[in-house]
Amino acid sequence: MADSRAEILGRVRAALADRPVARPVPRDYDRTRDVGDVLALLAERVADYRAVVRRATSAELPAAIEAALVSRGARTMAVPVDVPGSWLIDGVAWRPDEPALTTEELDGVDGVLTGCAVAIAETGTLVLDAGVAQGRRVLTLLPDYHLCVVRADQVTGTVPEALARLDPVRPLTFVSGPSATSDIELDRVEGVHGPRTLEVIIVE
Amino acid sequence: MGARNPVTWLGSPAFPDAARAALADTQQRSNLRHATGIIRAKRADAVAELDDWERLRLAGEASKDEVLANLDTYLERLEASVTARGGVVHWARDAEEANAIVLGLVRATGADEVVKVKSMATAEIGLNEALAAGGVTAVETDLAELIVQLGDDRPSHILVPAIHRNRAEIRDIFRRKMPDVPDDLTDEPRELAEAARRHLRRKFLSTRVAISGANFAVADTGSIVVLESEGNGRMCLTLPDTLITVMGIEKIVPTWSDLEVFLQLLPRSSTAERMNPYTSVWTGVTPGDGPQEFHLVLLDNGRTATLADTVGRQALRCIRCSACLNVCPVYERTGGKAYGSVYPGPIGAILTPQLVADPHDKQAASLPYASSLCGACYEVCPVRINIPEVLVHLRAEAVRAKGKHTPEAIAMAAAAWVFADPKRYERAQRAGSLARLLARGGRISALPWPGSKWTATRDVPAPPKESFRAWWRRTRG
Repeated sequence: MADSRAEILGRVRAALADRPVARPVPRDYDRTRDVGDVLALLAERVADYRAVVRRATSAELPAAIEAALVSRGARTMAVPVDVPGSWLIDGVAWRPDEPALTTEELDGVDGVLTGCAVAIAETGTLVLDAGVAQGRRVLTLLPDYHLCVVRADQVTGTVPEALARLDPVRPLTFVSGPSATSDIELDRVEGVHGPRTLEVIIVE
Repeated sequence: MGARNPVTWLGSPAFPDAARAALADTQQRSNLRHATGIIRAKRADAVAELDDWERLRLAGEASKDEVLANLDTYLERLEASVTARGGVVHWARDAEEANAIVLGLVRATGADEVVKVKSMATAEIGLNEALAAGGVTAVETDLAELIVQLGDDRPSHILVPAIHRNRAEIRDIFRRKMPDVPDDLTDEPRELAEAARRHLRRKFLSTRVAISGANFAVADTGSIVVLESEGNGRMCLTLPDTLITVMGIEKIVPTWSDLEVFLQLLPRSSTAERMNPYTSVWTGVTPGDGPQEFHLVLLDNGRTATLADTVGRQALRCIRCSACLNVCPVYERTGGKAYGSVYPGPIGAILTPQLVADPHDKQAASLPYASSLCGACYEVCPVRINIPEVLVHLRAEAVRAKGKHTPEAIAMAAAAWVFADPKRYERAQRAGSLARLLARGGRISALPWPGSKWTATRDVPAPPKESFRAWWRRTRG
């Protein structure tokens, strides 16, 4: 074992006997871009993946959650323990992840409601980092319906802007639309193993 | 070198023979023309959206070159950061050693079944076969890998291993091999995806060990990155107790911020999306979230030999997007299986022979010739691998390895002798011009040996009656 390590490192050093010197990485690509109305772009790009998008003010958020769940017909919803109380509208059986829900329980709920850490407008991506109102990774994986609340201050324009806000040692999940595959004739079809319906509420 | 490198399939014919057979498969050709046509157009659109695409390519190239130029330092740094976060790092010199490490880790858990996320590294080392020999069943969970596995088939594309199958063929495989599939399953892609979902659901919920590859590993933080579409990756990376990741030693990026380049380059180049549906990033073990045991196997298997070649080492920049396959006129016609390797297409033609690292392996040595050198692969490569340059370089190596007594070397020596003297040259031209007597309609389709070796695959234009030099002397002399 230790021998393999030493041998591979030795082979690497021997292979680099010509002492190649790499050029400094040119960083003149666009870290930021003028994307105009960043919330409108996020809404458009998320919808491009055939996800459902709603927009609301913070006062309208509970009503928007209710409208989403009613139209989905979702009655039992998993939630991380630390979602704001105002999200837990009446008429829904909320299943907080405390004590931790089993995989069978998560497989049995109608959906899951979470927040996110960051959203990327240009690519229509939500990033979850297991932080506040997001919970464990499995919460947003097993239920077939994921309703995600994005606050305006969490939205960035570009990928580099988003990565700068994230802590890579937290478990991260980048979500761009519902689960999909391009494996049949290289054409995108939604709905494989992850949530088959993704719904996003953008809150201003 | 010990055992043969399983990156190529034992008994595969050299490329020209395999290509001849593949060209006769009109169904496969039509499937590939359809699929690569779709993806080429979509990729062009996805790339055109970013004004700074060329600058991103240059940054991606430089970032990978930085890692390769200091690979020993980055490997040690990655090992330290993964270990600090609760992961266990293993080193494997070749396929055999990697397989033994993984089998040992799986056995230690007591499991006899593992779920797998699609991974080129584990395909390259023949991990599934090695696990089966050790009594462990590996279940592929990526839809295309599942199609290949259920169909007892071989992969033909880096990203979409079942690209050679159309929807009707996929439906037939599912009907034959999935016990729980409904009788009235149609060939609607949505229904086929649904069948795969139902087939694998219980496996995901019950299997305790998962095996993955890695798209990137961040040296600074020890974070491992996997890009995927279906959610099968998230299932494998989140649900089991034990996660074993096998990655080639070249998959490192220096820092977290380097990913801002690759997370733009890779999805647009591979599936032509602004972003793939799911990207997972994890660092060691997170208490209470995901696998509580994490092993990272760092794989050499010919990579250090590739690194030693100053021209060929650029192949190690590859991020496995498969854009070069989708634009290649040779790949589109022969399909991936003709390359006899888990890495087909233009990148396979330069990577496979270098990983095999055996100049006397005729099959591997034939791969650099599987190209018209049109250069489309270089143009689309997100990390600017100059594939035509490496192809020509490897052809020269192949010729050198054959020695001085091959018909080709003798013909070249004879040509050098002829070209060295003007009189000999002109006599040869006059003799050559007689070949026009064999021409029909200005072209020659069959020359006597050794010219028949050429005309077996392509016509020769009829030589003119008179050479330029003779004409010049006659009219101006």
